Amino acid sequence: MASWSKERAEEIVAAHRGIEGAALPMLHALQAEFGWIPQETVPMVAAALNLSRAEVHGIVTFYHDFRHEPPGRHVLKLCRAEACQSMGADSLAAAARAKLQVEWGGTSADGRVTLEPVFCLGLCACAPAAMLDGKVVGALDNARLDALLDRARQS
Amino acid sequence: MTPPRIFVPRDAGALALGSDEVERAIVAAECRRGLKVEIVRTGSRGLFWLEPMIEVATAQGRIAYGPVRAEDVESLFDAGWLDGGAHALRLGPPGDIPFLKRQTRLTFSRCGVIDRLSLDDYRAQGGWLGLAWALALGPEGTVEEIVNSGLRGRGGAGFPKGIKWRTTAQAKAPQKYIVCNADEGDSGTFADRMLMEGDPFVLIEGMTIAGIAVGATKGYVYIRSEYPHAIEILGRAIEIARQERYLGPSVAGSAHAFDIEIRVGAGAYVCGEETALLDSLEGKRGQVRAKPPLPAHKGLFGRPTVVNNVISLASVPVILAEGAEAYRDLGLGRSRGTMPIQLAGNLRYRGLFEAAFGLSLGDLVDEIGGGAASGRPVRAVQVGGPLGAYFPRALFDTPFDYEAFTAKSGLIGHGGVVVFDDTVDMARQARFAMEFCSIESCGKCTPCRIGSTRGVEVIDRIVRGERRDANTTLLTELCETMKLGSLCALGGFVPYPVMSALTYFPEDFGLDPKRAAAAA
Repeated sequence: MASWSKERAEEIVAAHRGIEGAALPMLHALQAEFGWIPQETVPMVAAALNLSRAEVHGIVTFYHDFRHEPPGRHVLKLCRAEACQSMGADSLAAAARAKLQVEWGGTSADGRVTLEPVFCLGLCACAPAAMLDGKVVGALDNARLDALLDRARQS
Repeated sequence: MTPPRIFVPRDAGALALGSDEVERAIVAAECRRGLKVEIVRTGSRGLFWLEPMIEVATAQGRIAYGPVRAEDVESLFDAGWLDGGAHALRLGPPGDIPFLKRQTRLTFSRCGVIDRLSLDDYRAQGGWLGLAWALALGPEGTVEEIVNSGLRGRGGAGFPKGIKWRTTAQAKAPQKYIVCNADEGDSGTFADRMLMEGDPFVLIEGMTIAGIAVGATKGYVYIRSEYPHAIEILGRAIEIARQERYLGPSVAGSAHAFDIEIRVGAGAYVCGEETALLDSLEGKRGQVRAKPPLPAHKGLFGRPTVVNNVISLASVPVILAEGAEAYRDLGLGRSRGTMPIQLAGNLRYRGLFEAAFGLSLGDLVDEIGGGAASGRPVRAVQVGGPLGAYFPRALFDTPFDYEAFTAKSGLIGHGGVVVFDDTVDMARQARFAMEFCSIESCGKCTPCRIGSTRGVEVIDRIVRGERRDANTTLLTELCETMKLGSLCALGGFVPYPVMSALTYFPEDFGLDPKRAAAAA
């Protein structure tokens, strides 16, 4: 993920301003670049889409995907929904929080791993499921979770 | 001589279980052995307890092996699997596997079978026949065919699809839209994902037919961000369809123009509700709109819009190709055709089961699903996602049908079936339903926004034993208020899981178990 650059942010905003219903594609592109939605982008988006800053703030905070602070080097999303619950997701989540010493949305003290909840990855027949940096993992158990976390913390 | 073909699933579910590692092992073994094989990347057949399920094309037809791990690959080559050789993982012809044999695959006939991005494969297996029929029947004839098929929206609400199309077709406007709702947020459901990853052209064909039928030239697919593989595969399929002129200013050489664009959601469950989805597509917070006006009259950007689920649209080509009557002949009562049922959670045989409506819940769970994966007794089954009711064993005779589930204060929704064994704490599940609603509420209406938070608190009080009877009455009244007073199905349906848990599993709330007997 790139570090903050006003010029780059302005390029992204300009590249998306012309499309119908531009707000979400624009915010997704900003987050893909920076890993989060820096506060400085809110007035840029507002000006480009002829919205108030309050409206843009409303959009950014409505959607769970958009982060309000930079994530760690890796993002682990653990499914918290019912199908995964039926296969032991709650205790896996407790183990992950304890190992990383974070709450949902938090980043481990070494800055390596951010733990995020997700409500369904569509892997309900391979539960419990997770996604590490976009890579899907199914049939998760304590051993596989440990292996995932170890890999993430070493790189 | 053409090299032997090996079919490797690249569905997200198969990937989550290691199919890419298996593919790498196959390539490595191929090099080491000096062989030449052709790897065909498919979606999944949907037998997830057997994934990664690898198939080889032999002189006797395709032979399946599974679940294959990377370390099994060498021994599979040793066993002569390219000729269908015997091996502990050999499953035989996939069509003979009982789970698949019992199904009626119409919408999913190609999923897991063909190279998902090969237009030749798609054409060879009946692709574009529906579009040819639509062009021959013309817009009005196509709409009437869909009305006659009895197809109801497969997203959850089950609204007759032909009526939506007819209403949009009759609306006069310079621009109309087809919006495909691919915001498959219900836990326990993955049919939309599988289809987009395994047979993306059928969705493109279905949307194109919808566009021609109602006079829309632009389609949007709103896919949830949790589905990166589906976004990628459908995006590539749209590109291919555009190059081959199935999309663009002249669809398949006709006078009709149609094109499709993908938009990605941002993690809001409520955007699966059609009006919230439209607001989100317009670049706003995904808040629910009051109806009327209906989207068919004033939808996306205020224009007449058809909003249909992935499976609904993907069922259109086969209905036109086989005829409305053939489709309507399947099913039960007012639930016609087939439903892709998704068997999930703590179940031995988990996966996609497409069948005509009418199987009982007990057949699905005990017989087809083989009971709990944990080997323990099944205690509760949630049908229809996080807003669906929990069914106890006593209701396992309920047939899978829209009206039968409604009659039992439940819903079939998008067809997800999530099974829990006897270790489940139903008070905790009820609390989760309220908590989920409070996290995902769009905030527009008070019963949902405030009611869900109060609901969590009241359930906590009941479980702690604080004025149990009074708080149980309060929870019941709160659910009634949310059901009647909420603007959409989020607040309106969350009483289903909560009240079913309370009604059928009162002992988990510290209440008298006799309450359940009285309810049943």
